[in-house]
Amino acid sequence: MNKKQKKVLIRIIISAVLMILAAILSAVVKNMSWYEMQAVPWDEVISLTLYLISYIVIGYDILKKAFKGIIRGQVMDENFLMAVATVGAMALSEYREGVAVMLFYQIGELFQSYAVGKSRRNIAALMDIRPDSANLVTEEDGRETISRVSPDEVAIGSIITVMPGEKIPLDGIIVRGDSSVDTSALTGESVPRSVHPDDEVISGCINLSGALYIRTTKAFGESTVSKILELVENASSRKSRSENFISKFARYYTPAVCILALAIAIIPPVINLIAGREAGFLTFIYRALTFLVISCPCALVISIPLGFFAGIGGASRAGVLVKGSNYIEALSKVDTVIFDKTGTLTKGVFEVVSIHKDRIDDAGLLEYAAHAEDMSTHPISRSIVAAYGKEIDRSRISDVNETAGRGVSAVVSAKKVLVGNEKLMNDHGISVTECHDAGTIVHIAVDGEYAGHIHISDVIKDNSKEAVSSLHNIGIKKIVMLTGDAEEVAQQVASSLSIKEFHAHLLPQDKVGRVEDILKDRPENRLVAFVGDGINDAPVLTRADVGIAMGALGSDAAIEAADVVLMDDDPMGIVRAIKIGRKCMRIVYENIYFAIGIKILCLVLSAFGLANMWLAIFADVGVMVLAVLNAIRTLKTN
Amino acid sequence: MAKTYGIEVDCANCANKMEQAAKATAGVADCNVNFMALKMNVVFEEGVDELEVMKEVRSNCRKVEDDCEVYI
Repeated sequence: MNKKQKKVLIRIIISAVLMILAAILSAVVKNMSWYEMQAVPWDEVISLTLYLISYIVIGYDILKKAFKGIIRGQVMDENFLMAVATVGAMALSEYREGVAVMLFYQIGELFQSYAVGKSRRNIAALMDIRPDSANLVTEEDGRETISRVSPDEVAIGSIITVMPGEKIPLDGIIVRGDSSVDTSALTGESVPRSVHPDDEVISGCINLSGALYIRTTKAFGESTVSKILELVENASSRKSRSENFISKFARYYTPAVCILALAIAIIPPVINLIAGREAGFLTFIYRALTFLVISCPCALVISIPLGFFAGIGGASRAGVLVKGSNYIEALSKVDTVIFDKTGTLTKGVFEVVSIHKDRIDDAGLLEYAAHAEDMSTHPISRSIVAAYGKEIDRSRISDVNETAGRGVSAVVSAKKVLVGNEKLMNDHGISVTECHDAGTIVHIAVDGEYAGHIHISDVIKDNSKEAVSSLHNIGIKKIVMLTGDAEEVAQQVASSLSIKEFHAHLLPQDKVGRVEDILKDRPENRLVAFVGDGINDAPVLTRADVGIAMGALGSDAAIEAADVVLMDDDPMGIVRAIKIGRKCMRIVYENIYFAIGIKILCLVLSAFGLANMWLAIFADVGVMVLAVLNAIRTLKTN
Repeated sequence: MAKTYGIEVDCANCANKMEQAAKATAGVADCNVNFMALKMNVVFEEGVDELEVMKEVRSNCRKVEDDCEVYI
């Protein structure tokens, strides 16, 4: 609790004690033997004095604000409502009710400010990834000195060292040291990642086991941690429709209830007078005051933004960065998910999946291919070398010749080796064995004779299948895959993931066209999400209703273009994001319906004289406390 | 040109009032107050003196909510 809150708490306690004292003392005095003999009703004098003191202790600031508001012509706010209602109650000699309304109103306000402050701190703690300092390593005459500097001051290409337990302050590449890093603050992934020299590390991770020397690749302002913080901090400035609805609602609501209250106080007594009955002014003024207390819009005005704020905070803890509460709302309405294939459903790296030998054994085939391809930088060549996995003996290789769009010819261990596609084989008059697998086929010939082929393909991510079926399970109607790859490859990936609709052979601009077609066909009030890895996807991410960039840490264009950023590249994150959006919206709507519903019910009851001041206090403070507690639930995302 | 300023305010409705007051200030093209993050994002009109405009924004906000603060 801060100073202001403590002060309010003390006032609440004093006022409550005085109130109880007033009730007890007046009862005691009344039962005294001398009571009947006094000319002055002492019980009333005592209780009136105590109630008045209690009222001023608890309500002076509200009264002051209401008074200032009236002077400025800004009458219609909750201070005004409370001031009129309580002063009115006092004037009707309902002292206890008057003090109680003010007391409970302050308790509600205190609770609300405490709850908001707590969730602010919660979210700040979740996002406590900002590093305070960096250990800059400078070398002079071969002597290493380490100085502690602010991360802003570290230039790109500097060497920094990170001790176990410290946060990595800047993005970079490890030059020395092995360790494992905890990425959970960024990705929600709890298993530490082991890192070695030449691995890239991102800022915001915590170094767990060994000292690391890192060459920085980004300035602090551009590094991952700064980007994320910027994104989260600016998140809730984009307001959702429900939030805008509530602030508009509040603007018209308060004046409307004030007029209604006035009508209740005046019209029925006047009608009574005309009809020749007793006017009953006091009864109707009391009803109007009750009406005013009920009408206080606090529950709505606080619980809706709080729900979104906590929702966005909870989502970032789960590795889902949502750029605004409007996108929380949009996520909850998604019923079509369009996936980019490469890098999203698949790993986006080529791997050798099978080897089909013809004349020599598998290992031999791979050995020849890896040696011949050793000098090539083509991704396919690298995947073959990676699959071979052993040391390449360069002395065995000579006469390497790479032909673009064909492959490589080389002499390996005095044997002429050809590694490449069918065209290369045809050029040398070698007939190939057809392969039925979809993907890239690399043929190998040794000394002019066909030796077999290696099947290389982009590998589907471990969780892709589960993600697709979970999306179906949570009610996503349509799942579409877009890819620039060949038809057969797309077909194979789509069928193994049970995706019915896919479009292959697409250039980046074609993808935008496809997404636009799907956008045209979507039903009213249902939205389309596009999921991509952020490379070449920026136009599509912007075009879709909800653009989700995946594993986009480090890709500024994607973070810029996307509405939702998944910090790791696990496709299950999409399911998580949609679930979070739905849960948050469910809670927001619960609060809207609950608060407005109870208010309207109590308003009607009070208009007909069926509600007293105590019910009014519940409708005001009780509803607010319940709505705030409900809103805080959005912070929990699992 | 848009800038974000830290603010101090007690209730969500007061934040809405501040937003209205800031929007009505001369030199402010648009304004967005985020009560939960206690931030005020102000879009300035072309060629205005931001500091002067913000002083005006602060005094206008004080008029509607006298214990609020805008950190310029």
